[in-house]
Amino acid sequence: MAVDDLKVKIGLEVHCQLTSLKTKLFCSCSADYRGDKPNTHVCPVCIGIPGTLPVVNEKAVNFAVMVASALNSKISERMVFFRKNYFYPDMPKNFQISQYDKAGGIPISVGGFLTLDGGRRVMIRRIQLEEDPGKLSYEGTIETSRYTLVDYNRAGVALVEVVTEPDLESPREARIFLEKLRSQLEHLGVFDGSLEGSMRCDANISLAEGRRVEVKNISSFKEVERALNFEVTRQGTLVGKGIRVGMETRHWDEVRRITVTLRVKEEEQDYRYFPEPDLMPIQITEEYVSKLRASMPELPESRRQRFIETYGISGQNADVLIDNKALADFFEKCVELKTNPQEASNWIVGDLIAYLHAAGIELSESKITPKHLTRILQMIDDGTISIKIAKLVLEEMMKTGATPEEIVERKGLRRISDTTYLADLVNKIFRENTQAVSDAVRDEKAVNYLVGQLMKATQGKADPELANKLIRDKLAELSK
Amino acid sequence: MPRRSSAISRKEIKHIAWLAKVDLTKKEEEFFTKQLNQILNYFRKIDEVDTKGAPPTYHVVELTNVLRPDEVKPSKPSKVIQNVPESKSGYVKAPRII
Amino acid sequence: MPKLEELPAVELSSRIRRGEIKAEEYVHKVLDRIRKVERKIHAYITVMDEEALKKAGEIDRKVRSGSNVGRLCGVAVAVKDNLCTEGVRTTCCSRMLENFIPPYDAAVVERIRQEDAVLVGKTNMDEFAMGSSTEYSYFKPTRNPWNLDRVPGGSSGGSAAAVAAGEAALALGSDTGGSIRCPASFCSVVGLKPTYGLVSRYGLVAYANSLEQIGPFAESVEDCALLLSCVAGHDPNDSTSLNKPKEDYVSFLQNDVRGLRIGVPKQFFGDGTDRTVDRAVWNAVKRLEQLGATYEEISLKSLDYALAAYYIVAMSEASSNLARYDGLRYGLRKPDRSRDWSAAFSENRSAGFGAEVKRRIILGTYALSAGYYSQYYLKAQQIRTLIRRDFDEAFKRFDVVAGPTMPILPFKIGEKIRDPLEMYMCDVDTVPANLAGLPALSVPCGFHNGLPIGLQLMAAPSREDLLLRVGYTYEQNMKHSFLKPKI
Repeated sequence: MAVDDLKVKIGLEVHCQLTSLKTKLFCSCSADYRGDKPNTHVCPVCIGIPGTLPVVNEKAVNFAVMVASALNSKISERMVFFRKNYFYPDMPKNFQISQYDKAGGIPISVGGFLTLDGGRRVMIRRIQLEEDPGKLSYEGTIETSRYTLVDYNRAGVALVEVVTEPDLESPREARIFLEKLRSQLEHLGVFDGSLEGSMRCDANISLAEGRRVEVKNISSFKEVERALNFEVTRQGTLVGKGIRVGMETRHWDEVRRITVTLRVKEEEQDYRYFPEPDLMPIQITEEYVSKLRASMPELPESRRQRFIETYGISGQNADVLIDNKALADFFEKCVELKTNPQEASNWIVGDLIAYLHAAGIELSESKITPKHLTRILQMIDDGTISIKIAKLVLEEMMKTGATPEEIVERKGLRRISDTTYLADLVNKIFRENTQAVSDAVRDEKAVNYLVGQLMKATQGKADPELANKLIRDKLAELSK
Repeated sequence: MPRRSSAISRKEIKHIAWLAKVDLTKKEEEFFTKQLNQILNYFRKIDEVDTKGAPPTYHVVELTNVLRPDEVKPSKPSKVIQNVPESKSGYVKAPRII
Repeated sequence: MPKLEELPAVELSSRIRRGEIKAEEYVHKVLDRIRKVERKIHAYITVMDEEALKKAGEIDRKVRSGSNVGRLCGVAVAVKDNLCTEGVRTTCCSRMLENFIPPYDAAVVERIRQEDAVLVGKTNMDEFAMGSSTEYSYFKPTRNPWNLDRVPGGSSGGSAAAVAAGEAALALGSDTGGSIRCPASFCSVVGLKPTYGLVSRYGLVAYANSLEQIGPFAESVEDCALLLSCVAGHDPNDSTSLNKPKEDYVSFLQNDVRGLRIGVPKQFFGDGTDRTVDRAVWNAVKRLEQLGATYEEISLKSLDYALAAYYIVAMSEASSNLARYDGLRYGLRKPDRSRDWSAAFSENRSAGFGAEVKRRIILGTYALSAGYYSQYYLKAQQIRTLIRRDFDEAFKRFDVVAGPTMPILPFKIGEKIRDPLEMYMCDVDTVPANLAGLPALSVPCGFHNGLPIGLQLMAAPSREDLLLRVGYTYEQNMKHSFLKPKI
């Protein structure tokens, strides 16, 4: 049986850090730890010093309710925290304060869905609030390292976990789901998906109704497609050989791009969930939810509609912009600067995104600003540069952050409309391409060749229309 | 609901000890098997009680919505990690994973 | 002429405040006393003599200069070794934390420091507060000042013994299933477990979070009320802390129980109750009747299951609370010897924990594990509800509920240590207060053959005022209240 024929079922447990919070979930340590030395964002509470107690961050609850709302999930009237008991070096207390949906546990919300392009809904099982563990690193790989290095800076940071039903049907779909989820959460203003490690997931994947394999340590939505593709191939190979896929937990190694068995013995993990005795229940009234909803920022669906209706851009362009909040924001700023919305959206969705993809960076990592793009479009309009040149300028702008004027001046990219200068060049070209000149009388292609030569001679800066006219005029003159 | 036997076998104790990450010597396993069964037997007393209609008391205080504002409070990280037995370049050094 | 170190705290603090007594002189006397009797009693794990004298000197200077001084001005206070003291070793009497130095003060420690108490040392206890005799301490056991062959009770045995032996005027302990009241009873001192949530648990090394509270030990009810006043009150660092402002519990003391109604549950006088205890406690109740209270025998059926429910809940929570001790961030760490983390954790923990702690961790893990959760943990929590309901009903008709603190007299060292279940049975009268979150006070009510007996009083939540009133009245009308042990 070909691998492609095997039905793939994927469920995701997505952990999104609430990076917009200033402090961690249960203590008042600064949650802005990225780039800092290890174990410098810790306090007695988050590192689990004996005798310490957790206290819930009010804003984290607000954010979690907003996320649940945006994902059409049913928000609980009363929410409690549970302990998930297991040992691991990244766990300061060797239990995680989390939420549960059985044995009396009540998470932030249950149910819900996220709609993919084309209308298909991916159902959500539950959404919960929990704390992030610390970060492990190794000398070499996880298998060869003689010891493990632990950094607790991240321990205690607030996470919203979104658990889906196994509705995803391919690794690609999984990635798309994550991109859409990211957009939703960014539009809510609760997290910045461009931050390293802000969205991580574990995946459960099975092939052909076989046993589920859990894949952990997928650190970004870029990695999820790779990791799951690997698993599909690995499991497919086993199935093809008639070997039963083992129900196990595997670790995704980003560097070697393989999954590795994490739990050697199939000892059953038992989390022994029970209510967190140190934390009290949280009542979530309808009034409070309404108030939050009213203050929520514009969500992707509404924004998309507005882009199409107010700015008149195409549905396709709107879709692409919405999927990336940073681009959508960039677009709106351009419009604010009086750029033509359709043109702006075309350039963003076309050249700008192409550049970002090629360079493998986020918009925030490039040096372009809305003002710059607006300027380029103005310069095209007023004839200062051609569209072709504009593309070069855009690329340069994204790399260096220089203004369009600076680039045009520095590289001498102005559109050349000096008829005298061009006429001289035309003469030169005609002298050097006598064959083409004689062919041009009959053959349109040769005419284009000559125009092309003129464009080449001016490094593309010649006004194309003018170039065309001059070539044809000269030809006409010669045939007289 | 069928009554579960309270007798905890030596095998179960071994598994529990693994879950709880507490090594037991063979002698301790033997010793504990006896003692723990005695204790569990006493615990079985609670089977007699009719607890229908009694919700579990997880908290004896009736507080709700105990929350704190999202404001940073400085701490002294160097003090907090002063008890770390083994460290390397600021990281806490732990045994290998695999 | 009473010795300086034997003066009640209330009097001491006011005389030091007035400059009549020098705190330094007093603290010297206390430290002398400690040096004299410690080798017999072993109440302390760490004596903080340097710090204590330094603080005493500061207080004397403050008094001389006319600055404000706190309510515990100069008074020597001992602190159980499971309460975090910044910069001072806090061991929980476990090998696991033998060298642990907390980076912060527990809320209660902060508060007594602010009230200018002089911390004289950290006291002995059962390892991680799991025990009823202080025999499970990783260090030597503490001996009962009234009879050195006997246990002082537990788990706060060191704190109770220190107060009884004049090694401190006041002490703080913790009570999860009777760990303040039991040693108070055995050492003939006053001990109070406050209403759950009244005193902040921030800084109390957790054993069983939904059951435990920090509370005071003293020689008198008044002193007990003084210390309680200094530590009680809301703490934003503890999410289970009641929204109560600080109160002055000393103001509730009055020598008058006329019209107060006492309920006496027959379950507190079960089969295991020693006849001498039975007699002494009933005498106490009748004495209160003579003083104007009324009493009635009642039956609280759910109490028959309290002990089992207590241990299931306590052990379950303990198994989770003690998971953090793996040797990475603090605590005992054996060399890794290139084992994987799971093997290394197990080895550290096995070496760090004593047998009783291991027992409770295993049982607790079991009670929470898949397949057993509803049979044990959930059921125990339901029984808690029944117990709470029984008490709620009782407190509709009675102001306080009375009974023995301990069913037996202080037993010999080594007598019960071989049989864990026998040891657990000692807690039968104290655990209900923890399960229901109710305040409970133990006051001395007599001796038999020189061995102390304690009267336990319980009240509705936040009704410490009633407990203190009844306890005070009883104490003021009994001659034995102010005897001292001959060490």
